Amino acid sequence: MAFISVFDVIGPNMVGPSSSHTAGAASIALLTKKMIGEEVRRIKFTLYGSFAKTYKGHGTDRALVGGILGFETDDERIRDSFELAKAAGLDFVFESVTSDDDDDIHPNTVDMEVEGVSGRVLYVRGESLGGGKVRLTRINGVKVHFTGEFHALIVVQRDYPGVVAGVTSVLSSYGVNIAYLRVFREEKGGLAYTIVESDEEISENAVAEMKKNPAIEDIMLVKR
Amino acid sequence: MDFITAEDLIKLCENGLSIADAMRTREIEQGETDAVTVEEKMKKALKIMRDSAHKPLERVLPSTGGLIGGEAAKLNEHAMSGRSICGTVMTKALIYSQAVPEVNASMGVIVAAPTAGSAGVVPAVLFALEDEFGLDEKTLLDGLFTAGAVGYLLMKHASVSGAQAGCQAEVGSASAMAAAMAVAMMGGTAEQSLDAASIALSNLLGLVCDPIAGLVEAPCQSRNAIGAANAITCAEMALSGIKAVVPFTEMMQAMYRVGCRLPSELRETALGGCATTPTGCAHNCRIFGGCE
Repeated sequence: MAFISVFDVIGPNMVGPSSSHTAGAASIALLTKKMIGEEVRRIKFTLYGSFAKTYKGHGTDRALVGGILGFETDDERIRDSFELAKAAGLDFVFESVTSDDDDDIHPNTVDMEVEGVSGRVLYVRGESLGGGKVRLTRINGVKVHFTGEFHALIVVQRDYPGVVAGVTSVLSSYGVNIAYLRVFREEKGGLAYTIVESDEEISENAVAEMKKNPAIEDIMLVKR
Repeated sequence: MDFITAEDLIKLCENGLSIADAMRTREIEQGETDAVTVEEKMKKALKIMRDSAHKPLERVLPSTGGLIGGEAAKLNEHAMSGRSICGTVMTKALIYSQAVPEVNASMGVIVAAPTAGSAGVVPAVLFALEDEFGLDEKTLLDGLFTAGAVGYLLMKHASVSGAQAGCQAEVGSASAMAAAMAVAMMGGTAEQSLDAASIALSNLLGLVCDPIAGLVEAPCQSRNAIGAANAITCAEMALSGIKAVVPFTEMMQAMYRVGCRLPSELRETALGGCATTPTGCAHNCRIFGGCE
C-alpha cells in the first residue's frame, strides 16, 4: 500500500459536501483544464452512475465547472462557479446517462468534451474513486491511466520506434527522475499516448526539445 | 522512522516521545518532506477547522439538499439562555460538531477528518477544550497530529469509508481520533490515548451508514454530535485511569470485521436505515424527483 500521510487523515481540505462527489469531481475537471493548457471556451459534461443520479445534491456540477475554471478542491468559489463561468464566457452543458446497462463504467464517471479558446478539442473520461482520489481513464478515446499525483507529461505520438527513447533521453539531460512511464495505444502504428510521471517539475524547454521529433504530434505538460 | 501498528507506536513512546511527535517524525521521514512544511500544512488545516466550526454561529448556511441548517446557532442560543443540561465542554462540543457539517452541506470549505461526513467530530472536541482550558496553538497542533496517528492506523488496518464499513468507520473512527487527541491535549500518556480510542470505537461498533437521499446531511450531522460526545466521555474515562478491556489493535480489527458483515444496504447506498423510512423516501423524492 502507498504511503499514508497525516494529511490523508486530517485532509483533504475541500469544499463540501462529499469527497467523492464534490472534491473528486473538481479534481478531475482541474486535471483536464491543466491538460488542455489554455482557457476553456466550451465544455460538455456527460455524467454516469451515481454522478448522474445525485449530482445536484452533492454540487458535483458546480465542482466540475469550478475545476474547469482552474479552482482547487478547497476554493470557496466552487459554490458560485456557474455565475463565474458565465462571466468568463465559458459555455457549459450537462447530460446524464442514468441507465445502468454498462457494467464497465465506474459509478462515479464523467466524460468531458472540452474546447479551448484556440479551438483545440479534447475528450477526457474521469473517475472519482473515493476520498478525493481520482483517475483519468480515457484521453481522446484511448484507454489510459492517469492520476495527476505527480508532475506529468502526456506525449501524443505516432507509434514509431524510438519516440519514447527520445523523450526519456531529453528528460535525463534535464535531470528529471522518472517515477512512472506508461505507453497506451489504440492500434499498432496508430496514435499512442506516453504518460511520463516524474518527481521534479518538467520545464517548457524540455518539452520544446522533445517536440522537434516529427513523430510527436502534441505534448501536454501537467504540473502537480 | 516509521510505525505500522499501535504496539509499535506505544513502544516508540515509552521513552517520553509523544504520539504527536512520533507522527511528525514519521511524516517528515516517510513523506520525504521537512518539519516547517509539515507544521505549516497542519496550521492551515487548523485554520480551516476553526473557520468552519465558528462560521454558522454568525450566519445560518442553507444546505444543498435542504435537510439541515441552523442547528449550531440553535444550540448556541440555548446555551446562552442558561438552560443547557450538558455543562460547558460538552455544550461547546455539540455546537461545533453541528457547525462543521452545516458548512460542509452548504458547499463551504472543511477539512475531512478522516472524511467529509465525519468532519465535525475532531474540531468539536479540539475547540471545546481550547475554549474551556485556554490551550495554546502548540497543544492544538499536537492534538491534531495525535488524531492523525490514530486515523492513520485505522486507515491502514481497518477502514474509514462508510461505503466499505458503515458509519462506525467514519464517525466511529473520527470519535476514536478525537478521544486520543483529547487525552493528549489534557496531558495523558500515549497508552491512555489509545485506551480512549479503543473505548470510543467499541461504543459506536455497528453504527450503519444510511444517509437520507444519499446526501451528507442527515443523519450524518447529528451523528457528529454523538461522535464528539463519545470522544469526550472516553477521554475522561482514560484520563481517570480506566483501561480499555480490548486493546486498540484488536478493536480496529473487530470494527473492520463488523463493517464487512454489514449488508450493502447499510453502507452508504441509501437503501436502508433512515434513508428508507417513509420520511427519508419522501425527502429523496422532493430533492431528486422521479417518484410516481
